Amino acid sequence: MTAEIALILGVDGIATGAIYVLVALGIVLIFSVTRVVFVPFGDLAAFTALTLAALQSGQLPGTVWLVAVVAGLTLLAEAARLVRSGRARKIPSFAAVYFVLPMIPVLLCIALAQTDMPMAIEVILAVLLVLPLGPLLNRLAFRPIADAPVLVLLIVAVALHFALAGLGLIFFGPEGFRTEPLSDAIYEIGGTVVSAQAMLVVLASVVFMGLLYLFFEFTHTGKALRATAVNRVGARLMGIRPTVTGDVAFLLASLLAGVAGVLIGPITSIYYDSGFLFGLKAFVGAIIGGLVSYPITALGALFVGLLESYASFWNSAFKEVVIFSFLIPVLLWRSISAASHEEEEEEE
Amino acid sequence: MSNSSLIARLPLIAGLLVLVLLPSFAGTFAVTLMNYIGIYALVALGLVLLTGIGGLTSFGQASFVGVGAYSTAWLTTAYGLSPWAGLVLALVLTGVAALVIGTVTLRLGGHFLPLSTIAWGISIYFLFGNMDSLGRFGGLSGVPPITLGPISFATNGAMYVLIWITVCISALLCWNLLRSREGRAIRSLRGGRIMSESFGINTFRIRLYTFVIAALLAGLSGWLYAHMSRFVSPAPFDVRASIDYLFMAISGGSGYLAGAIVGSAFTSVAKNFLQDVLPSITSNAGPFETVIFSVIFILLLQYARTGIVASVQRWLPRRALPMPAEAEEMPRRVMPEPGSLMLEVDKVVKRFGGLVAVNEVDFTVRTGEIVALIGPNGAGKSTMFNLISGVLGPTEGRVRFLGQDITSYGPRRIASLGLSRTFQHVKLRPTMSLIDNVMLGAYRRTSSGFLAGALRLNQAEERRARHEAMRQLRRCGLGDNPHELAGNLALGQQRILEIARALAADPALLLLDEPAAGLRRLEKKALADLLRSLRGEGVTILLVEHDMEFVMDLVDRIVVMEFGSKLTEGLPADVRADKRVQDAYLGGTA
Repeated sequence: MTAEIALILGVDGIATGAIYVLVALGIVLIFSVTRVVFVPFGDLAAFTALTLAALQSGQLPGTVWLVAVVAGLTLLAEAARLVRSGRARKIPSFAAVYFVLPMIPVLLCIALAQTDMPMAIEVILAVLLVLPLGPLLNRLAFRPIADAPVLVLLIVAVALHFALAGLGLIFFGPEGFRTEPLSDAIYEIGGTVVSAQAMLVVLASVVFMGLLYLFFEFTHTGKALRATAVNRVGARLMGIRPTVTGDVAFLLASLLAGVAGVLIGPITSIYYDSGFLFGLKAFVGAIIGGLVSYPITALGALFVGLLESYASFWNSAFKEVVIFSFLIPVLLWRSISAASHEEEEEEE
Repeated sequence: MSNSSLIARLPLIAGLLVLVLLPSFAGTFAVTLMNYIGIYALVALGLVLLTGIGGLTSFGQASFVGVGAYSTAWLTTAYGLSPWAGLVLALVLTGVAALVIGTVTLRLGGHFLPLSTIAWGISIYFLFGNMDSLGRFGGLSGVPPITLGPISFATNGAMYVLIWITVCISALLCWNLLRSREGRAIRSLRGGRIMSESFGINTFRIRLYTFVIAALLAGLSGWLYAHMSRFVSPAPFDVRASIDYLFMAISGGSGYLAGAIVGSAFTSVAKNFLQDVLPSITSNAGPFETVIFSVIFILLLQYARTGIVASVQRWLPRRALPMPAEAEEMPRRVMPEPGSLMLEVDKVVKRFGGLVAVNEVDFTVRTGEIVALIGPNGAGKSTMFNLISGVLGPTEGRVRFLGQDITSYGPRRIASLGLSRTFQHVKLRPTMSLIDNVMLGAYRRTSSGFLAGALRLNQAEERRARHEAMRQLRRCGLGDNPHELAGNLALGQQRILEIARALAADPALLLLDEPAAGLRRLEKKALADLLRSLRGEGVTILLVEHDMEFVMDLVDRIVVMEFGSKLTEGLPADVRADKRVQDAYLGGTA
C-alpha cells in the first residue's frame, strides 16, 4: 500500500465513519432514554436511501405503503388499548398525531412522486417520509412493554428488524439502488483528491452533532431527555413523562437515521436489508462508547469507518469478519476496565 | 404413585409413547419433520437454560450449530475421518468459541452478550461463505452418514432413533443439572448478582458455564444436522436462524425444559403450514413468512412471555413431593469462644465524591452477642452494612472479621469466611420452593459440580444439603410446607425465609439488614422470638435497624449512627436515656 492509496482510503474511511457516527449517536440516544437497543436503526437509514432513489427516478417509493401500514397498525393497536382501558375518547387526538401527521408526507409523496423535483425537495421529502417510523415503531413494539427487562426489549428489537426487512423486501423489491451524489465536484487537497460528496458528509455529520449538543444543553426537552437517561424514576417524579421523552428520542433518532440514509445513498448500493449490517457497524462504535458516552461513541464510529475502508482494501470478502471480530478486543478492554465497578443488574 | 402425580406426569408419558410409536404409523414426511424438530429442540434446550432460566440470551446459537456442522463436514469430507472424530472437533470448537465470547462479554452488562453474539453470528456466516476450504457460499456436500459398528444411520428412520435418543438424554441431563447444586445457582442468577454472590456463588463462572453448555448443545445439534442432510452451506446458520431458535424456546416456554421440544415442534409445524399456504395467496411468500413470524414473536413477547408449556401446566395438578428424607448431618463450624472478638470496624470512612457517607466509625461485635446498628434515615447505616458485607469498599479504615483483614474482600470471599446476610428489600427466588431457596444458602458447604449434578453423582451430598435446609426451615418455623413456592409467602415469612437461608450457610456472624422493615406487629414479634432463640443457640447477630422499639428489648448492645458518624454506643437502656439519641430520633432542636 502506497502512501497515496493510504490517504485515499483514509478519506473514504472518514466519510463512511462520519455516517456511522450519526447512526451510533442515535443508537446511544435511544438506549439511554428508553433502554431499547434499537437494532432496526440501520433499516430506517436504508429505507431513506431507497426512498430517495425511487424519488430520483420518478417512481413512487414503497416507503409510502410501509409508513401507511405501520401507522395503520399503530392506530389499531393503540385504539384497542384505549378502548380496553376505558379511554376511548382519547382516540381522535391520538389518531391526529400518530396517523394523520405521518400520512401528510405520504400523501404529499403520492402527489409529487412522478413530477420532476429539485434534489433538495426530494431529500427533504424522503427524510420526512421516514421520520414518523421511529416514534410509530416505538408505540407499536416497545411502549406496551416499556418496563420489561433490557433483554426482552432487545429481543423485540431484533424481531422488529426482521419484520422490517421482510416488509422492505415486499415494498422495495430485491434490487439495490444508488442515489445520485449530492455534488459531483472534486477538489485536490494536500496531494489527494477529495470529493465534495465526502466533504459534505463530514460537514453534515458535524452540523448534526452540533445541533444535538445544542438541543441537549439548551432546550427544555433536551434536558428532560438527559434527566430520563440518568434516572428514569427520578425524572418521572419530577413530572417528566417517559412516554413523551421516549417518543422524542425515537423522533430524533429517526431524523439522524434519515440524514445518514441520505448521506450513504450515493456511496454504496443500498438493498432492502443493507440496514442491518450498516446499523451493526455503527453499533460497534456505540459499544466502544459503552452505550453511554457520546464523544467516545463518535470516535469509535469514526474508527470503524476507517477500519472498514482499510479492511476492504486488504481483503474485501473478509471485511465484515474483520470489523465484527474487532469487537472482541474492544469488549475485553471494556470488561477489564468495568470489572472494578460492576453495578447490580436489574432483576426480572 | 398418587393420582395427582400420575396426572402431572401424563404429558411426559404420552410424549414418550408418541416418540416410540410414531415411526410405525407415520409416513416419511412426518419422520423427517420430527428429525428437524429434534435437531432444533437441542438448540432450544440450550436457550431454555440460558435465557429462560439463566436470564441471559444469545443471538448466535445458529452459528454454534454452524460451527458444529462445518467441523464434522470438513473433517469427514476433506480428510475422510470418522463422523465420531467430527463430533469431537464440533464440541471442542463450539466450546472454545463460547468460552472466549463468554469470557470477554459476561463481566459487562446483560445486553453485551446478545449484542456480541449478533456480531459473532455475522462474522462466522461470512467466514463460512468466504473460505475456500469450506466451499464458500456453495457449501460442502458428500458428508457421510454416521455409523456405529455395523449400524449405519443413513436413512431418515435410523436418524430418527439417533436424534431422539440424543434429545432425550440431553433433556434428562439438563433436568438433573437444574435439580443440583450448580443448577440452583443457575436458577438464582435472575435474582441479581449481589444476592447470588452472598451465598458464595461465583456468578461469572455460572453464567459462563451455562453459556458454554448452551453452545455445546447447539454444536451437537449441528453435528446431527450435517450427517442427516449430508450437506452444509452457510444459509441455515445466519442471525435469522438464531432468532428462530429463540422463538422456539420462548414460544414453547423458556422457563421449562419441555418448552424447548414443544416450541420447536410448534414452530416447525407452523412454518410448514405457512410454506404450504402462503404461495397460493401471494407471490411474496418468503418475505411474508418472515414478517408474520416476526410479528407473532413480538406479540408473544408482549402478551405471553411464559409460553405454551406454562399455560398448559396451569391446568395440571402440582406433583405432590414427599418430605425430604432424614440424612446424615452436615459438618458444622466450630464457633469461636463466646465473648471473643468477631467483627472489628476500625475508623472506617466511605466517601462518594464529595459526600462523606460514613465518617471514622468504629465498633466491635463479640461472639454470642446481638448488636444493633441504629440511626435515623440517612445516618449511613446501609452504607456501613455494605462496607461490612463487601458490596462496597471503604475509602479509609479497616474491617476485620474473625481476625482476618477483610477490607478489600468482595462479598463472595467474605461470605465464604462465615458471614451470612439478609436483604432490606427481600431477595428470594419467588419461583423456587422454600427448600430450594434455603439450599442455595448451603451452596458453599457443598461441592459437586456441573457434571456430577447432570449425572446424579451428587445424591449423597444432595440428601445431606436437603436435610440441612429442612432443619433450618424447622428452626425458623417454616417446616410445614417446604415445597411451597417462596413467592407465595407473606412479607414477614419471606424475611424469615431469608434468615433460614442465611443460617443454612452455617455462619459465624449473621448480618441482618432492616429485618423488621414493613412487618406487621405480630410478624415483628415472631421475628424477635426467632432472633432470641438463635442467640440462645449461640449465633452471633449484627442487625441494622431503623425501628428503636424493635431492638430495645432484643439486643445486648446498640451502636447509634447519625450523619455518617457514630453518635454513641452502649446498653439499650443507656442509649434510650441518651439525650443526643432522643434528639437525633425526634429531631429535637434543643
